[in-house]
Amino acid sequence: MALRIASPTGAVLVVLVAACDGPQSALDVAGDGATRIADLFWGMAAGAAVIWIGVVGLAVYATRVRPGEHSGRTAKLLLIGGGVVFPTIVLTGLLSYGLLLIPELREPSDGRLIVSVTGEQWWWRVRYETADGRTVELANELRLPVGEAVEVRLESRDVIHAFWVPSLAGKIDMVPGRVTRLSLKPTRTGEFRGACAEYCGESHALMAFPVAVMEPAAFAAWLEDQHALAAPPSTPETERGARLFMAMGCGSCHAVRGTAAAGTIGPDLTHIGGRASLGAGILVNDVDAFARWIAETDHVKPGVRMPAFGMLAESDLRALGQYLESLQ
Amino acid sequence: MVKSPRLRDSLWMLIAAPTIWSLHFLFSYVTAAVWCAKLAEGASLGGARTAVAMYSAAAIAAIGAVAHYGWRRHCQETRHPHDVPTSHGRQRFLGFAILLLAGLSAVAVVYGALPAAFIASCH
Ligand code: HEC
Ligand SMILES: [Cu+2]
Repeated sequence: MALRIASPTGAVLVVLVAACDGPQSALDVAGDGATRIADLFWGMAAGAAVIWIGVVGLAVYATRVRPGEHSGRTAKLLLIGGGVVFPTIVLTGLLSYGLLLIPELREPSDGRLIVSVTGEQWWWRVRYETADGRTVELANELRLPVGEAVEVRLESRDVIHAFWVPSLAGKIDMVPGRVTRLSLKPTRTGEFRGACAEYCGESHALMAFPVAVMEPAAFAAWLEDQHALAAPPSTPETERGARLFMAMGCGSCHAVRGTAAAGTIGPDLTHIGGRASLGAGILVNDVDAFARWIAETDHVKPGVRMPAFGMLAESDLRALGQYLESLQ
Repeated sequence: MVKSPRLRDSLWMLIAAPTIWSLHFLFSYVTAAVWCAKLAEGASLGGARTAVAMYSAAAIAAIGAVAHYGWRRHCQETRHPHDVPTSHGRQRFLGFAILLLAGLSAVAVVYGALPAAFIASCH
């Protein structure tokens, strides 16, 4: 690319501006909560700039424009006014405004869809509950209808995690034994990224998830598909993979609805082939990645609660990969 | 030299206002926690908010009294400067410090109570 950056300032600016967009930016907003937070940020940044200019201006005034003694009265006024009264008023205003925002950011008044997300070392269990009372358990991916307020209920099964999709809303801790809440109301469709934002052990940095905001009709169709049982294997290769899946005991930890696999320790794999990523947002979703995940799980994700099946032959790994990939 | 007995008192008075602040915080926190865990109906923060309002009124009144005491101590001997190392100077300095800490604690009590003013639910 023929982009030449003329000065260090230019370089810094390019880096700063480039850092403002992308799938995981709190300033490239795509949701109601993030919009409020970004507004607050820009307002505070502008206010801080004004105060900074004022303070530096005073310093210049006192040292350059009018050096020498000033009246004790003015000094006292400046100290008490600028040092005590002004900050107290500003902080009280900011605190009140922030607190005022909280109820609506945490709990939508009109949420019809409830998504429960449970943080587990180091992945996400995701349950959708529609207004008609039907539920379906999925994992490691979040899909939302655009323009609709969704109530997200957050829990943890082990240690404290935190749920954060910067483009959509603020972050909230997931505390064992408690349910915390967050309202997500996406304002435009697109692909975003969420991550765990509270250190939760050795693979904390490998605990992320893709987020897709879809048109309501597409979302409804997708959710309907997720309710469906797993597609039965249709080729000799995927059939072999399905048999291996049961033979290797994968089904004691993983559920594939519609088969004998009904484990609940690990993520539901009924539609794993249709997810945007693998292993909680860390690998692309293809046959090679499946093979790698199964054979060297603990290399891909240190400390992972799934045993590596490195003893499997390459052809077996590929058969398993083909099978899992076919679970759309 | 005879020590003024009040000098010892005023050291205690120095921490009075911050102590009230910390007690206010502790009581508010524990009340809200117990309320939400054991008593709340439909996750409403209701009763805990009333309690926090009462704690706050009591704390502000007590801090006001401490501030008044500090102010009196500071103004008692205005003939003397308050920044020289004499007994009088010390009295005046301590009075002023008590007053300032009372101001800080009052603001802190208000900030500690503000969440209860804005948030109505245990969630
Ligand atoms: C002891 C329980 C256990 C067994 C046995 C097990 N897994 Fe897992 N598996 C897990 C856990 C826990 C995770 C989530 C790991 C993480 O991301 O931190 C997981 C994750 C996965 C994922 C990624 C899921 C996603 O949403 O991206 C796949 C694919 C997978 N396992 C396949 C298998 C296969 C194939 C087998 C058998 C060869 C198997 N697992 C055996 C516990 C198990
Ligand atoms: Cu984490």
